Amino acid sequence: MIRLRGITKIYRTGDVEVPALVDARLDIADGEFLAIMGPSGSGKSTLMNILGCLDRPTRGTYELDGQFVHKMSDDQLAMIRNRRIGFVFQSFNLLARLPAVEQVELPLIYRGVHNRRKLAMQALADVGLADRTHHKPTQLSGGQQQRVAIARALVTRPSIIMADEPTGMLDTKTSRDVMETFARLNAERNLTVVFVTHEPEVAAYTRRVVHIRDGRIVDDDAARAEAAGASGPASAAAPAPAQATA
Amino acid sequence: MIILDTMLIAIRALGTNKLRTGLTMLGIVIGVGAVIALIAAGQGAQKGVTERVNGLGSNLIFVRPAQTQQGGVRGQIATSLTTQDAAALNDPKLLPQVVGVTAQSNATTQAIANGVNVSTTLTAADPNYPAVRNFYPAIGRFITDQDVSSDALVTVLGSTVATELFGSPQSAMNQTVRLAFGPGGRFGFNFQVVGVMQTLGSSSSTNQDDQVFVPISTLQSRIRFLRNPLGQTNVQQITVKVAKSSQIGVTKNEITNLLLQRHGGTQDFTVLSQSDLLATANQVSRTLTILLGAIAGISLVVGGIGIMNIMLVSVTERTREIGIRKAVGARRGDILLQFVVEALIVTIAGGIIGIVIGVVAARLANGHNFGGSSAVQTVVSPLSIVAAFGVSAAIGLFFGIYPAFRASRLDPIEALRTE
Ligand SMILES: Nc1ncnc2c1ncn2[C@@H]1O[C@H](COP(=O)(O)OP(=O)(O)O)[C@@H](O)[C@H]1O
Ligand SMILES: [Mg+2]
Repeated sequence: MIRLRGITKIYRTGDVEVPALVDARLDIADGEFLAIMGPSGSGKSTLMNILGCLDRPTRGTYELDGQFVHKMSDDQLAMIRNRRIGFVFQSFNLLARLPAVEQVELPLIYRGVHNRRKLAMQALADVGLADRTHHKPTQLSGGQQQRVAIARALVTRPSIIMADEPTGMLDTKTSRDVMETFARLNAERNLTVVFVTHEPEVAAYTRRVVHIRDGRIVDDDAARAEAAGASGPASAAAPAPAQATA
Repeated sequence: MIILDTMLIAIRALGTNKLRTGLTMLGIVIGVGAVIALIAAGQGAQKGVTERVNGLGSNLIFVRPAQTQQGGVRGQIATSLTTQDAAALNDPKLLPQVVGVTAQSNATTQAIANGVNVSTTLTAADPNYPAVRNFYPAIGRFITDQDVSSDALVTVLGSTVATELFGSPQSAMNQTVRLAFGPGGRFGFNFQVVGVMQTLGSSSSTNQDDQVFVPISTLQSRIRFLRNPLGQTNVQQITVKVAKSSQIGVTKNEITNLLLQRHGGTQDFTVLSQSDLLATANQVSRTLTILLGAIAGISLVVGGIGIMNIMLVSVTERTREIGIRKAVGARRGDILLQFVVEALIVTIAGGIIGIVIGVVAARLANGHNFGGSSAVQTVVSPLSIVAAFGVSAAIGLFFGIYPAFRASRLDPIEALRTE
C-alpha cells in the first residue's frame, strides 16, 4: 500500500528553482492497476522516480506498506528497489553486453540468491521469451528488450511494478503485447501496476487514471469516486480507504 | 553480494577492454618486476661482499694507511705503513699471540704472454702470504726470502691467469710473462713464472684466482712510477693473523698502541678486523639495495597512478551501467566492492606476472658479468616476493578505492540520465 502526502520535488539549477512536483497526494492500494497521464514535462517521471524509490522528494511523506520511505538511507532504498518494487523504463536500461538471462539475474545477484539461473529462466518464460534467453540486447527487437526489462522487474517477485512510459518506444502492436502482459500479471498475481503513458488507448487497460499537469495532480478517478461516495471532499488527514477497484 | 559474483562481474568488465586492461597491468608488471629484480641484485651484491670478507678468515686483522690531514696533501693515499712496521708486528716478544704477518701492495697490471693480454690484479707480497691467507701454490713455489732480498723478477700466477695465458697451470711453469703498468702498459718487465696458485673458485664476486704475485721488494724498488717519493718500503696493507678469533679485540688494541709508538703518536693508520670490514661493506651494500628498491618502487607508484587514472575513466564511461545496477538494488557497498575488486584483480594479476618476470630476470642475470670484471650475483629472497605481492595488492586498494568511492556515490537517477 502506497500513501503520498504533500510530496514536492524542486530541482535547483543554479539560482533557478523548478518545482517539478507540488504537494502531491496519492493513495495506491495493493493490486491496483493505475495509469498516470499528463503532458510532457508535467512531472510524471519525477513522480514515478519517487514512487520507485530511485529519487527522494524535497519534502512530503511517502509511506510504503507502513514504512516511511522518505526517511530511509540510500542503502535501505536500494533494498526496497531490490525486493519490493520492479521498475521498467522507457529506454529499457539493459546492460549492453549481457545475454537476456543474465540481465534478469542482475537483481538476484544483489539479493544474494543462489538458484538465479532457474528463476531468471522462469521470469523470461513468464513474459514469453523462453526462446530468447541467450540473446543480447542488440539481437532483440524493442518489444523483446522491454519484455526482458519486465522479466528483470518481475524476477524478485515484487509486489509493485512501476513503469515509466514502458510503451513510449514501441509500435502499436508491441505496445499492446506489453500492456497485455501487465494486465495479465495484475490479474493473475494481484501485482500492483503503476505506469505512465501519453496514449489514451494504453490508459484504457487500466481501471484508474491519475492526471497530472504542471506538477500537480489535477484529476484522480479514485479520489473523484471517493468524493462522490462520501459526504464531502476527502480530507487530507483522513486515512485512505481500501480502493474499490471499480 | 557474494564475492564470487563480484569477481566474475569484474573479470568480465576487464575483459571487454583487453588492451586497456593489459596496458594498465603492464605498469604494475614492470614495477613489481623491477622491485624483485633490483632487490635481488642488491642482496646479491650484499651476499658477495659478505662471502668475500668471510673468505678472509675470522682471525685476521688488517692494518691500512689512513688518510691524514697533517703533513701531506689531503686526499692522497697516505704512505705511513712500511715493511719495518710489519716486521715489528711479527715480533713474538711484543705480540706473542700473533702467528703470522704479511705485508702487501696492490696494483692493476696487464699480463702478456703468447700474444695474449689479460688485465688482472698485481699483488706484491712477501713469503708469509700463503700461511697468513691460507692460500698456497698448487704447482711450483711461492715467493721466497731470497726473491725478496734480490728483488727477483719472478711471479706466481693465479690459476685463472695461468689458464688464460698458457692454456693450463702446468704449461705456465718457467714461462716468461710480461707485466706492464701505467697508461697503455708503457712500463713493463719480464717475469719468470715460478709457481701457480691453487684454485679457490669464483663463488664470490671477486675472483682470488684472477691475480698475479710478485715479491714486494720488486715492486718497491723496480717499478718506479708506483714507488712513493718518500721511501721505498711502503706497503698498502699489513695482514696479521692471530691464533684464535677471541684474541682479535685485544690484539687490535695492542697493534694500535705499538704502531702509535712507532709513528710518534700519529694515528696515520687504521686497524680493522673481519667483522669491522663486514659492517662497513654491509652498510654500503644495504644502502645500494635500498636505493635500487626505491627506484623500482617509484615505477610501482607510477603504475598505481595509471590504475587510478584508468579506473576514473572507467567509472565515467560506465556511469549508466552503475545507474542500472543501482536501480535494480545494488547498494553503495556493492558498487564500491565491484570497482575495488576490478583494481585488485589488475594489480594482483600484474603483481604475479611481475614477480615471475622479476625472478626469471634475476635468475638469468645471476653469474653474468655484463662486460664488467666480476660476475653479478642475485639473491631472490622470499620476503621480497611476499612484500611485492602485498605492495601490489595495497596499490590496487589504495588507487582503486577513490574511483570506486566516486562510483558508489553516484545518484541512480543522475547516472541513468547520462548517455
Ligand atoms: N534533473 C533535473 N533538473 C532540473 N529540472 C528537471 C530535472 N528533471 C526534470 N526536471 C524538470 O522537471 C519537470 C518535470 O519533468 P519530468 O518529471 O521528467 O516530466 P515528464 O516525465 O512528465 O515529461 C520538467 O520541467 C523538467 O524540465
Ligand atoms: Mg518522463
